[in-house]
Amino acid sequence: MRISLFIACYNDTLFPDTGKAVVRVLERLGHTVDFNPAQTCCGQMHWNTGYTREAVPIIRHFLEVYREAEVICIPSSSCVAMIRDHYPKAAEESGDAKFAEEVESLLPRVFEFSELLVRYLRVEDAGAAFAHKVTYHASCHSLRSLGLGDIPLRLLRNVRGLELLPLDDVDRCCGFGGTFAIKNADVSSAMLEDKIESVLKSGAEVCTAVDNSCLLHLFGGLHRRRLPVRTAHLAEILACTSEGAGQ
Amino acid sequence: MTASFPAAARELLRNAQLRRNVAHATDVIRHKRDRVVEEREDWQELRDAGSAIRQHVLENLDSYLLQFEEACSAAGGQVHWARDAAEANRIALAILSSREVREVIKIKSMTTEEIGLNAALEARGISAIETDLAELIVQLGHDVPSHIVVPALHKNRQQIRELFLREMGLDQLGDTAEDLTAAARAWLRRRFLTARAAISGANFLIAETGGVAIVESEGNGRMCLTLPPLLITIAGIEKVIPSFRDLEVFLQTLPRSATGERMNPYNSIWTGTTGADGPQEFHVILLDNGRSRILADSESRQTLKCIRCGACQNVCPVYRQTGGHAYGSVYGGPIGAILTPQLHNLEQGASLPYASSLCGACYEVCPVKIDIPEVLIHLRSEIVAREQHTIGGMLGPWNLGMQAAARIFASGERMETAQKLGRAIQRPFAGTSGTIESLPFLLSGWTQSRDLRPIPQESFRAWWARRGKEES
Repeated sequence: MRISLFIACYNDTLFPDTGKAVVRVLERLGHTVDFNPAQTCCGQMHWNTGYTREAVPIIRHFLEVYREAEVICIPSSSCVAMIRDHYPKAAEESGDAKFAEEVESLLPRVFEFSELLVRYLRVEDAGAAFAHKVTYHASCHSLRSLGLGDIPLRLLRNVRGLELLPLDDVDRCCGFGGTFAIKNADVSSAMLEDKIESVLKSGAEVCTAVDNSCLLHLFGGLHRRRLPVRTAHLAEILACTSEGAGQ
Repeated sequence: MTASFPAAARELLRNAQLRRNVAHATDVIRHKRDRVVEEREDWQELRDAGSAIRQHVLENLDSYLLQFEEACSAAGGQVHWARDAAEANRIALAILSSREVREVIKIKSMTTEEIGLNAALEARGISAIETDLAELIVQLGHDVPSHIVVPALHKNRQQIRELFLREMGLDQLGDTAEDLTAAARAWLRRRFLTARAAISGANFLIAETGGVAIVESEGNGRMCLTLPPLLITIAGIEKVIPSFRDLEVFLQTLPRSATGERMNPYNSIWTGTTGADGPQEFHVILLDNGRSRILADSESRQTLKCIRCGACQNVCPVYRQTGGHAYGSVYGGPIGAILTPQLHNLEQGASLPYASSLCGACYEVCPVKIDIPEVLIHLRSEIVAREQHTIGGMLGPWNLGMQAAARIFASGERMETAQKLGRAIQRPFAGTSGTIESLPFLLSGWTQSRDLRPIPQESFRAWWARRGKEES
């Protein structure tokens, strides 16, 4: 199957390894990955910060880029949430029927990475091997907007050698929240502090998630405290095989 | 309202005792709630029903209010309409003054907190005594509520004991919950027996019957409702429900959501006045105070569906860190973050819609399905639009940054250029350990507690392009 990748602006810029891992996993499963370099951003940062007017051209650009795509894979649940929860409203507010039609046609083609594997491609064992203690952080959007449930955990449980450790208060936000981390830096930092305590308590060597935004935040706090726990997107774990590391 | 949310939060975050109290109390209520919600297989249907009833009321509020007025008047009540806080306080004062009442007992009511009734009465020489245990703690401590349902949740048992010893003039007092409750009971009992007037809020106004419903845990509310000859109820206009039967839904969802109980210990419903029993004179003051303006906004109207259960506060990871006082309003937490700025037409509390990571936990538990994150974003967009109409806002760092980012996201080429530029700009900030540990201006908020991964040498798009060339 031909799968179009929307890498997400921050992954493209800060986490290229996640993109490479997604490509590696999908190709290993026999699919063809397509990447349109015209892609930019889903518009989430603008929309959620209140710059909804500025978000609209970004949304329209996204629709344009993926008009022909059959299936779109997005390794970032918050971008998928942006598309599913807010694109219809943006279209409705524009009063443009064609805009609304394009959004309607887009929605069933959009999948978060783990969701694509389990719900669409029916793959629970990606053939990965990763001999480490891992804990899974359920990002708010993956949990509440996408309703991923145990999908990422099912994938992790099938990774050879991986020891999956539970995370306390797994449904509690890590405090990132996009521009919230800057606008309310003190509260965001306090929330991160609690999350880091839970991660440490889990005893994991690696904390994973389906959103690098949370992991950027967790990494920032862990690294500031010089703690030895690493962070890695789920795709990067699934990309690892017994033959060697992911990239 | 004085400080912005981030400034108030910064202060409160230093109070380790308060944070422990808030985290402990909200965890206890939250877990109780989860247990009693899980046992209802039809919970989602109950939420749907509650949401639909409240939405229907808001879309027909004018007629339901008039129906309530008619039914309540027919049952012997007197209905007053108050445009704002000042008018509501004036009406209450006029009723009490004309009956020469000097002391009034009160049932816990966030609406009277909202309008500052106690201070208004005090200024005219009428003392108002809170009879809800938590409200009494707040009042004796000259404090303000920090939670809709549990107003003294920021205080622990030791702090309450010290407060009672001091304010009740006691010589000795144990520190068990029973000791504290007994002290409050003895202190309040005298007031119940002497007070000639009571003031209540309302959980629900029943349009069909003209009845008023109050749910509570202690029974002190029922004392207020039955002992004094004069009763005044002050309620927001949104509190009306169509019929008695609608209580079926809310008397299931409210206690489960609010206190984690299957049913409230005391459910009082009274309709006008009755013979020689209970209050002989009953007034209802229907308060607007900004509500009809919220009603007019189709996007944020759902805010008024709220039945004040406080479940959103108990699950909110932001509220958990700061408690309610950071919100600078009697309504704290997620519901406060959307309600307060709207009640004040965004002239106060403009920082509140940003006091959320948009995690969505509030929406998930809301028994009337208020999509709080959606309303938060809507309010943010209104704030941004207002700011963009001022020179300062237009030239402010947020607007300039967002405009620049919007231009970058217009095309893949621009993004590639911006990535290269970012890589060059970050060089002076690179720390010794390979991460960025300090950034200027807005971004200093990030680096105050978090290191930042630097932008790697090769973006994904650059890698993809290189891979394509190598393969061909």
